[in-house]
Amino acid sequence: MKRAFPTALPAVLLALLALVGWETLVRLFGVPEFLLPGPLAIAAAFWESRGLLLEHAGPTAAEALLGFIGAAVAGTASGLLINRSGLAERALYPWLVVSQTLPVIALAPILVTWFGYGMLPKVLVVVLFCFFPITVATVDGLRATDPDLIRLMRSFGAPRRRIFYMVEVPGALPFLFGGVRLAVTYCVIGAVVGEWVGSSKGLGFLMIQDKTQFEIPRLFAEIALLSAMGVSLFLLVAFVQRLVAPWTLFSEGR
Amino acid sequence: MTSVRPKLAASGAGIVKGGVRILDGMDLEVEPGSFLALIGPSGAGKSTLLNLFAGLEPPTEGSIEKDGAPLSRPGSVAYMPQSDLLLPWRNVLANVALGLEATGVPKRVARRKAMGALEHFGLEEFAKVFPPALSGGMRSRVALLRTTLLGRDTLLLDEPFGALDALTRRSLQGWLLGVRAELAATIVLVTHDVDEAILLADRVVTLTRRPARVGLDLLVDLPRPRTMDAGTTEGFVRLKGRLLEALGAAG
Repeated sequence: MKRAFPTALPAVLLALLALVGWETLVRLFGVPEFLLPGPLAIAAAFWESRGLLLEHAGPTAAEALLGFIGAAVAGTASGLLINRSGLAERALYPWLVVSQTLPVIALAPILVTWFGYGMLPKVLVVVLFCFFPITVATVDGLRATDPDLIRLMRSFGAPRRRIFYMVEVPGALPFLFGGVRLAVTYCVIGAVVGEWVGSSKGLGFLMIQDKTQFEIPRLFAEIALLSAMGVSLFLLVAFVQRLVAPWTLFSEGR
Repeated sequence: MTSVRPKLAASGAGIVKGGVRILDGMDLEVEPGSFLALIGPSGAGKSTLLNLFAGLEPPTEGSIEKDGAPLSRPGSVAYMPQSDLLLPWRNVLANVALGLEATGVPKRVARRKAMGALEHFGLEEFAKVFPPALSGGMRSRVALLRTTLLGRDTLLLDEPFGALDALTRRSLQGWLLGVRAELAATIVLVTHDVDEAILLADRVVTLTRRPARVGLDLLVDLPRPRTMDAGTTEGFVRLKGRLLEALGAAG
């Protein structure tokens, strides 16, 4: 934890440099605000509309979080099912792959017609965006158990069930967290896509309004806020990983 | 010797895996309380034979017996595989307790016993250390303690020191020599190392090339308790010569 600041320093410096460059170029060439506002204009727009932005950030964050939790449950459950039963694997896996080839953006309007303008269709879009990496990670993680380790447990006389939760599950966690970290970066995008298709609140709804009303600096502020939301969720997952499975962060994998 | 019922016995044991014959008509008896070393060329089937004795797989033909009863499933002997297989999410104490916990011993009891074993060998300062921070020698010690803590009357060791450098290996051989008396178990050790076999075992059996059969069956008549210095005595050198000759002929 003591090292957190120095390791983050290069990224922060690069961001500051980029922002200063951006502001300078925008001012130097007199780029109109409706094309590309400078960072200061965006910050000003953010501060001006902070109440509105935070009010709409709430529903988006809730959709992303609920969808992510749904995806985590659905992903690990389908992964476990595929791991436990060869029949489930043959029946389920191809269709899970097919589900990933369907454009979720095109499905979203259908979900809205089915489930209305409320939260449910957005949450479902997030689940569709996020569950697959978690399924694959669960399946791969459980499958990656060292066969020698299973033989060792068998030689102790351990029953199948105990081998599963003492060795296979903890061994799958590094893979699982890899999948979860990937999935969590999709979930904010999923929520916004769901809101674009049909909603009356949320940052996605606000973005569409601001676009048509040429509130471009605020549009950028919304994008920045969404990105901050995604980064926070990613850091949250990293924190949970450090808490429940610190060994997955050791440089030596095994 | 024939009057004592063997601790482990293979009679006419053969095994065929994927169409390849690995063991053929293997007859081998291990006396209770004895230390047997199995030595032979790479891929001869030493590990396979150990798997049979561990009950991890059944023989294709013939039979494997422990205490005169057919061995049909794992869990009655303690087995230490070639790699230490320490779990990275368990510290040393929890790794030593793994075997007991795997057999259903309550966690608290298992950990207390593991702590006792660590203290007995002066390793308690490592109890909270996680495997990535351990040296190769320490990892082997932990794996060996995990195996012995099961308290089973038979220990099967599959090249336990194979991955260690020469010096660490010597120190662990010395350690095993030292604890041998306390273990009061029948031990079968698979090794590549002729010196290790003679130094540690009461009896050394060489296996021929695949399909493996018993080649030379050599009694190690060096006095006990042995120390690491036994390696320079005349008797040792004579035994080593015979073993090397047998292994050379096997190749």
